Amino acid sequence: MTLEFSSEAFKKFQETVSRYPKKEAAMIPVLYLAQREFGYLSPEAIEYVAKLMDLSSARVYGVVTFYTMLNMQPVGKYHIQVCRTLPCALVGAEKIAALVKSKLGIQVGETTPDGKFTLSEVECLASCGTGPMMQINDDYYENLTQEKVEEILKSLK
Amino acid sequence: MEKVLLRNIDVPDSHTLAVYKSRGGYRAFEQVLRGMSPEKLIEEVKASGLRGRGGAGFPTGMKWSFVPKDSPKPKYVICNADESEPGTFKDRLLIEKDPHAVIEGTILAAYAIQSHTAFIYIRGELVFGSKVLQGAIDEAAQAGYLGKNILGSGYDLELILHRGAGAYICGEETGLLSSLEGGRGWPKVKPPFPATHGLFGCPTVVNNVETLATLPWIIDQGAARYAAIGTEKSKGTKLFSVSGHIRKPGVYEVEMGYPFKRFLEEDCGGVPNGRKLKGVIPGGSSMPVLRADELEPVRMDYESMQAAGSMLGSGGVIVMDDSTCMVQAAWNVARFYAHESCGQCTPCREGCHWMEKIFRRIESGEGEKGDLDLVLNISGNITGNTICPFGDAAAWPAAAFIKKYRAEFEAHITQKRCVVI
Repeated sequence: MTLEFSSEAFKKFQETVSRYPKKEAAMIPVLYLAQREFGYLSPEAIEYVAKLMDLSSARVYGVVTFYTMLNMQPVGKYHIQVCRTLPCALVGAEKIAALVKSKLGIQVGETTPDGKFTLSEVECLASCGTGPMMQINDDYYENLTQEKVEEILKSLK
Repeated sequence: MEKVLLRNIDVPDSHTLAVYKSRGGYRAFEQVLRGMSPEKLIEEVKASGLRGRGGAGFPTGMKWSFVPKDSPKPKYVICNADESEPGTFKDRLLIEKDPHAVIEGTILAAYAIQSHTAFIYIRGELVFGSKVLQGAIDEAAQAGYLGKNILGSGYDLELILHRGAGAYICGEETGLLSSLEGGRGWPKVKPPFPATHGLFGCPTVVNNVETLATLPWIIDQGAARYAAIGTEKSKGTKLFSVSGHIRKPGVYEVEMGYPFKRFLEEDCGGVPNGRKLKGVIPGGSSMPVLRADELEPVRMDYESMQAAGSMLGSGGVIVMDDSTCMVQAAWNVARFYAHESCGQCTPCREGCHWMEKIFRRIESGEGEKGDLDLVLNISGNITGNTICPFGDAAAWPAAAFIKKYRAEFEAHITQKRCVVI
């Protein structure tokens, strides 16, 4: 099945492109749009974006593989990203990651069988004064403790 | 000390136009529109002595003056909000709490070089910050500070918020340009510099969030007042983000030249839990670590930090107490750079991973004699041999950790375990 934007997403695509001095500059926003539409950036999605942007698939693929927030694999409903960089590591990031792993029964880079949670370890998220911290989808969770993590995981339905 | 940058953040609803205006916001821009020429504006910023707060410390007014006035090409201003340097979270605070100061600063920079399209390139993870900024941009446009014929002056400016997608290197100004041009965030060879050949080959100024957010105060209060703060060569105030083993982590506004030791002990409350200070990275993880016994003469300005063998950088202060294993810290930092190297230049692409592997094996008790000199050798061969400063940023901390804590690294290798209790 060939992928295609919904008419609403297509309108958004046209609006986005029209704001930039050159069409190519809208690459990341358009890829975000595609990721939201299709869930992740499959080879078919990349090909579709390339066609929309008048660029080669190779060029778009090169961009997608460069950025950590552009996913080429499906991710769970909740994408848990635990910061592992020095400031967070100094205040116990490793314990937070270990707790999430044991609670969800998955390793870093894995998704739970029900497709609900994906766990990643990520580099600095500019939240060093309030570490340890993690990002779940769009939201930051800061000053984490074991109890807080357990509560947060429980609250995610 | 009078606050320049954090003057608004504790006021309720500081992110709204109404509150920003009630605190004197957009007064600077209105004053400029009433009759300050772009040339005069550039002179004023030069006179203030303001230097870029992203890490390099280049004089802001001078950077602007390199933009050709007679270019037939469009000119661009980009606010660099891709804050990703480990230990740094000051721009995030400004974006979330005082977005209009960032916007007004961007408008002033755009007016100075007569640009009609400006961008704020914000790191993708800052979703909340993006929402706050977009809300503020919309408010500013509605009030007539953005768009066509701003406040009847005939000056046009469009401001576009652009979200990155997770790549540290896009905080490097030419990496940012490549990213905004729709490509991988690969830095470009300089010269030519962005001032003449920037976004899509057009004259472009890229300034950090903190740099831009300082501008409204400078124009409103006068360059002389700003230049009176700080030291002879490091003017004004600077934001420092403090993290790690410290009683009161957070963002602090400090007058340049303030004693570093006093800052850590008095302002930030010192190291908690009865522990002792072991070392501190003063300017984000790219900068060489300083041992506790080196801090006495250090002051918080560009020159003093450099004299101490480190750099002010982005002002990301990472504090480590005596429970910290420096091998583990060095490995953590090396892993960051190995993960973030863009892969363009061989010394950095290969060297970062090589250093990370060596630190990892020392950390896991499998270090070999000669490993430390090998890291120093690799570090030396990366330094200065890459297109952008990322190579140095990865090489410096690796070498500094070994030089400053060599005995601990050697003990780790010979005893095949961590020696820190």
